[in-house]
Amino acid sequence: MAEGGFGYGLGILKGMGVTFKHFVNTYAADIGYLLNMYSDRPGSGTKFETRQGLKARGMYTVEYPDEKLAVPERFRFVPFLIVEDYDHEERPGHDWCTSCGICAKVCPPQCIWIVRGTNPETGRPKPEPEAFFIDIDICMNCGYCAEFCPFDAIKMDHDYELASYDRTTNHIFDKQKLSKEFRYWRTIAPTTAVEEMEARGGWEHTDVIKARKKAEKAGGKAAAKSKPKAAPKAEVKPAADAAPAAPAPVAEAPVPEDDPNIDPKKARLMKKRAEMLARKEARKKNK
Amino acid sequence: MVDQTADAPQEQVEHLTDSEATVRYLTEKFPDVVKADEREGFEGVVIDRDHLLEVAQVIRDELGYDYLSSATAVDYLGISDHLEMVYHAYRTTGGSALNFKAQTPRENAELPSLIDVWPGVDFQEREAWDLFGIRFDGHPNLKRILMWEGFHGHPMRKDWHEAYYEQDTKPYDSRWPGGDVLRTEELNVFGKNVSYPADIDLSRLNDESEDALYSGLGLGVDIQELDEGSELKTDRLVVNLGPHHPSTHGVFRMIVTLNGETVETLEPVMGYLHRNHEKIGERNTFLHNMPFTDRLDYICSMSNNHGYALAVEQLLSRGARYQPPTYRAEVIRVLMVELTRIVNHYWAIGFLLNDLGAFFTPALYLIAEREKILDFFEATAGSRMMCNYMRFGGVFKDIPERIHSVANLMNDQVRDFNTMQYLDELINERIPRSIEELDQYLTENEIIKARTQGVGYLPPEMAVAYSAAGPLLRASGVPYDVRRADPYSIYDELDFDVAVRYNGDIYDRYLLRIDEMRESARILQQILPRLERTMGEPIFAGNKQHTPRVPVGEAYGRVENPKGELGYYVVSEGDEKGPQNPWRYHVRAPSFINLTVLGQMCKGHKVADVVAILGSIDIVLGETDR
Ligand code: SF4
Ligand code: SF4
Repeated sequence: MAEGGFGYGLGILKGMGVTFKHFVNTYAADIGYLLNMYSDRPGSGTKFETRQGLKARGMYTVEYPDEKLAVPERFRFVPFLIVEDYDHEERPGHDWCTSCGICAKVCPPQCIWIVRGTNPETGRPKPEPEAFFIDIDICMNCGYCAEFCPFDAIKMDHDYELASYDRTTNHIFDKQKLSKEFRYWRTIAPTTAVEEMEARGGWEHTDVIKARKKAEKAGGKAAAKSKPKAAPKAEVKPAADAAPAAPAPVAEAPVPEDDPNIDPKKARLMKKRAEMLARKEARKKNK
Repeated sequence: MVDQTADAPQEQVEHLTDSEATVRYLTEKFPDVVKADEREGFEGVVIDRDHLLEVAQVIRDELGYDYLSSATAVDYLGISDHLEMVYHAYRTTGGSALNFKAQTPRENAELPSLIDVWPGVDFQEREAWDLFGIRFDGHPNLKRILMWEGFHGHPMRKDWHEAYYEQDTKPYDSRWPGGDVLRTEELNVFGKNVSYPADIDLSRLNDESEDALYSGLGLGVDIQELDEGSELKTDRLVVNLGPHHPSTHGVFRMIVTLNGETVETLEPVMGYLHRNHEKIGERNTFLHNMPFTDRLDYICSMSNNHGYALAVEQLLSRGARYQPPTYRAEVIRVLMVELTRIVNHYWAIGFLLNDLGAFFTPALYLIAEREKILDFFEATAGSRMMCNYMRFGGVFKDIPERIHSVANLMNDQVRDFNTMQYLDELINERIPRSIEELDQYLTENEIIKARTQGVGYLPPEMAVAYSAAGPLLRASGVPYDVRRADPYSIYDELDFDVAVRYNGDIYDRYLLRIDEMRESARILQQILPRLERTMGEPIFAGNKQHTPRVPVGEAYGRVENPKGELGYYVVSEGDEKGPQNPWRYHVRAPSFINLTVLGQMCKGHKVADVVAILGSIDIVLGETDR
C-alpha cells in the first residue's frame, strides 16, 4: 500500500536487527553464565545479581517455583503478629500486641477483628488480645497495620504462597496462625528491625523496656530507702497475665504514657478513648 | 498544594486570568443568576439551573474556559438536602480552574445538559444520571453507563445502601474491642439483600438494557436496510467486540455497526469492572483511600497516590497545624511519578504493538525493562504495583540504602544493590538506552507506519471539546500538560519540554509517548542530584497521623498522569472539628473520559483499526469503570 520503492523494508530490517541482538544477547549471556548459573544453584547470590542486574542484556527468566526471587525487606504481604521467642526467659510466646485496636481502625477494608482481653478477676481490659483474626481474602496488603501499630506488634510477612482449596475456613487466620516469633521478623527484615529497635530503645517489647526503666528507677530509690521488695515487683508487672492478682497500671492504659517513643498526645488520646469505651460498656451493661 | 489563585500566576494584563476576577465578572454580569459560593471552604460560583446553559456559553466563549475537565455530582443529604453538579473548567492556555456549580432538588432532579457547550461532558453526565439520578435535559443518549439499565436506585446517593452495608463510615464498631470475626456474606446472604425495580422480570434474567443499547444505535427494525448510494450493495452488520477480547485491555465492550468493513457507529459499553470505588471512598477515612487509589490505574499507582495526596493536602492546608511536605518528600514524589510515567509508556507502547499484531515480542522487551523500575518500587514501597507510597504531608518511608532481599523461602535467589548506584545506572544508562532501542526497533517499521499513519485522526478542536487528556490531547497539537499549565510539587523548578505532535493519528501518539519518556528521563536526571543533596533530610514535616481531622471544604487535586489528567474532587463536610471521612470522593479518570471521543475517532475506519485506535488511547479498566 505505502510508497514502496527503493528502501522499502529497511525499517523492518532495522527492527529485526534489534530482535536478533536480543536473541544473541540472551544466549550469549546464558552461555557465559552457564557454569555458574546452572551448576550451583540455589543461593548463587552474586551471579544471580549480575544476570538480573542493570547491566544484564537479553532475557532471563526466573524459573518459578524451582527458583524464586527473594523479596526485598519492605515487601508486604498478609501481616503476622509478633510474639516473644518461644525460648524467651521471662515471657516465652507472649503477645507483643496489647489489643489497642489501632490496626483494626486504620485497616482500609476492615479485615482485622480483635477481641480485647479482659482480666477475669477485675473485669478490666488487659493489654493482650483475647482473639485476633485477619480475613486474608479481604486484606489488601496495604501495610497500614504494621505502619501505625505503636508497639511494633504486627508486621508484614514475606510468605506469599498462601493459596488453599477452601476459602471459607482456611482464609480467616486466627491468633495461632498469625503468631510468629520475634526472631522471624529479625531474619526477614534485619535493617528495619534494627531501626525499630533504636526507636524503641532496646530489643525488648516497649512494655518490658518501660518496666525495666521503672525498676531501675525504683531500684535506685530502694537502695536509698532500703526497701528491697520494690524492684522485683516492678519486674513482674509486664507479664500481667502471669500475675492477675496485681491489677497493674499497665493493664488499665494499654498505651504507656511516659514512653518516650510514643507521641504523648497520642497516648493521651488513646487513654481517653479507652475510658470512653469503658464508660460506654458500663452504660450498656446497665441497660 | 497551596491555593493557586492566591498568587495569580501569569499575565494579569490580559482580561481576567485570575479565577477570582472571573467570579466577580460573572456575578456582575448575571446578578440574579450567578452567586459566589460562600460556604466555608468552597469556591467558585453557583449558577441558577434555569440559566446554566446560557452562563456556560459565556464561560466558554467570552472567558475562554474551553476545556471542561471534570463534571460530577454531590449529594448533600442532611446538610442542605439538594444535589449539586460541580464543574471544573480550564483554559488550554494554562491557569487555574473555574469551579461552577448548579443545584437541583433531590426529588425529580433535573439540570440542563451542557453537551452542546462541551461535548466532553457526555459520559460524565451519564455517570451522574446513573449514580445520582440527575436527569440532563437535552442529553441525546441519557442511559446508565456503569450500572446496567434496570438497576434499582442510584447508588451514590447518600440514602442508598450497598448489599453488604454495615455502617456509614469506617472504622466499623464491630472490629474492636469485641471483634468476633464474621464474614459479611453470612450475615447478608447474596440475593436476599438486593432489591429490584418493579418492572424487571427476574425470570427473564435478561433486562431491557440490550434492547435499549441496540435501539440507541438507531438500528432496530431496519438493520437489513441496504446502502443505496454505493456500488457494492452491503448490509449493515452489528459486531460486538468484547467484553472478553484480548484487544480490549480488560473487560470492555464496543458495539460496532459496520457497513462492509467500515465502521459507521461505535458505542463503548463499560462498567464490567465497576465496584463503586467512590462509594467505598465515602465510607473510608481519608487515609483509607490511599491504597484504594492504587487500584484505579493499576499500572501507575504512584501517580494515583500523588493526585489524591495533593487533593487532601489542599484541604488540610486550611487547618491550623498543617505542615506541607518537605523538599525531600517532593523530590522523592517526582522521582516516583516520573518513573511511573516511563513504566506506563513502556506498557502502553508494548500493548499498542500487540493490538497491531506484533504479538508480545515488543511488549515483552518493554516489560523486561519495566521490571527494573518495579524492582526499585518494590524495595522502596513494598509492592511492585500496589505501591501505597504517599501520605498526607510526605511519603511512606525514605528510599532504602540498599535494594536487598533476604532468602526465607525455599530456593530464594538473593540480590543486593546500592540504591543510589542502582538509580544512577537506571536513569542515566538503562532507561535512555531502552528508549533509543525502542525507537530503533519500531519507529521506522513500514508495517507500523502503514497501519497507524492517518488512522484515528483527532483534530485539535475536537480533542479539546471532548475533554481528551494526556498523550491523546498533545498528539493532536495541543500542548497542554498540567505539570506546566498548573504546576504542582516541584515541577516549576525542573527543566523539561511539553512534548507535542501535530498529526493527531495513532503514529503520532506513539511518537509522543517516546518523546514523553525522553522528557521524563530528563526530569529524572535533574532529580538525581537533588536526591543526593537532600540525603538524610526528613521526609515528613509534621507527625504522620492515621486519622487526620480534615477541615471542611472542597478541593480538586489534579496531576498529569501518564494517561492524562487525573483529578480528585474531595469534599469534607459535616463535623465542625473536621470529619475523618470524606463526604464526597470523586475521581476524574482520564481513561474514562478519553473514551468519550472513541466513537468519533473510529468513524469511517476499518474494523481492524478500531482495535489499534483503542490501543492508542491507552485505557485501563480499573480506572474506567471505577
Ligand atoms: S495496633 Fe498493634 S498493639 Fe494495637 S491491636 Fe494492632 S497489633 Fe495490637
Ligand atoms: S495490610 Fe492493610 S488490609 Fe491487610 S490487615 Fe493490614 S491494614 Fe488491613
